Amino acid sequence: MRQIEVARVTQAVKAAAITANYEPGADLLAALARGAEAEESPSGKEIFRQLLENARLAKEERIPMCQDCGLAVVFAEVGQDVHLVGGDLDQAINEGIRQGYGEGYLRKSLCHPLTRANTGDNTPAVIHTEMVPGDRLKLTVVPKGGGSENMSRLFMLKPADGLAGIKEKVVLTVEEAGPNPCPPIIVGVGIGGNFERAALLAKKSLLRELGQANPDPEVAAIERQLLKEVNDLGIGPQGLGGRITAMAVHVLMQPCHIASLPVAVNIQCHASRHQEVVL
Amino acid sequence: MTKTVKLIAPLTDQDVLQLAIGDTVLVSGVIYTARDAAHKRLVDMLAKGEPLPMELAGQIMYYVGPSPARPGRVIGAAGPTTSYRMDSYAPTLIKLGLKAMIGKGKRAPEVIEAMKTYKAVYLGATGGAGALISQRIKTAEVIAFPELGPEAVHRLEVEDFPAIVINDCQGRDLYEQGVREYRRTVAR
Repeated sequence: MRQIEVARVTQAVKAAAITANYEPGADLLAALARGAEAEESPSGKEIFRQLLENARLAKEERIPMCQDCGLAVVFAEVGQDVHLVGGDLDQAINEGIRQGYGEGYLRKSLCHPLTRANTGDNTPAVIHTEMVPGDRLKLTVVPKGGGSENMSRLFMLKPADGLAGIKEKVVLTVEEAGPNPCPPIIVGVGIGGNFERAALLAKKSLLRELGQANPDPEVAAIERQLLKEVNDLGIGPQGLGGRITAMAVHVLMQPCHIASLPVAVNIQCHASRHQEVVL
Repeated sequence: MTKTVKLIAPLTDQDVLQLAIGDTVLVSGVIYTARDAAHKRLVDMLAKGEPLPMELAGQIMYYVGPSPARPGRVIGAAGPTTSYRMDSYAPTLIKLGLKAMIGKGKRAPEVIEAMKTYKAVYLGATGGAGALISQRIKTAEVIAFPELGPEAVHRLEVEDFPAIVINDCQGRDLYEQGVREYRRTVAR
């Protein structure tokens, strides 16, 4: 058994939360640059230009890319040969979020659902822990904005609805969202599993490097078709009209019950932030 | 043809009546911030007949919850939040003289109707460009509800704050027009 002190988890989560909010990934920057080239609408081109300038400023001037520094989603893949010592994993992760959002001058965006009183330190994080083979601990910190999360949907379709039904719901979700989730967006789609798994698949699909196709050619084909249909809507950057409503559609699929066809659509704004660290 | 208009807040009826959808505005002067929780407080205060922390006539309300300022800085990132969440409160404020709202995303028909009736406009700032937009904010001061944290009401002095006219006083909608131009599928 390899021992890992949970204090290292706190340090790693803290650093990842700060980096994710200040330093856009190379995949995102490349996608924004491609968009600035490819977009036909003048206002859409201008939006891409602003987003590239915003990304540069964020990193150089140490201002978060977006004031919505997100609810912190943390994926923890724990190797089954790892022994975590010195405390509780969830507490260590939350402590990392608390310190990162405090010391990193990030906005604290969590509140009591009814009184709306702010929790003051952006905790609790939404933590997904998974056991995997090996003796490593992989942590992925995903600050997720509220505006795009609000436009996400879950559908329990009938098996008879098939691929056509899935496409209809994905396109409908993007259409209804319109300008609200800060297009150009990334569309995460989870197909199959059950009620909660479909949503988790949709979220997980957003962790993939932006624009990289699903390795399964059948799923990759669905991604290409969905991207075309979504962009045919003409919503464009910031909803001002244009060719690029979505920079990518990512799909994850797994078997489901013979009675069901769950489909989840998780909308990600252009401020796609995720930071990975392996201990 | 769209135009670029420099506006000095607070605004007059004439200031907003000259604006058409698609126009770029550069706002200078004083504007106020409020999002979900602050709007609820403001409308509750009005219902109880209490005085508001700011004069509404002619004002611009910016839907934003900024991130904290680093020491020596005016403000953190400060881009717009999604406006529809303020739709149930906006007509009340427009009736009392609010002249413009800055946010992102679609507005409800009753907000668009109130803008038409009482001469007000809705301006879109670039969502997710919080670092860039913060450069146009020269001073920031919390004037009400500090306990709301990022949702507190701030008084901001801005200089050439850029936005696009999304809804004008004629009830037109830039989002609808823009999408019509680029849509390739039949509307459902």
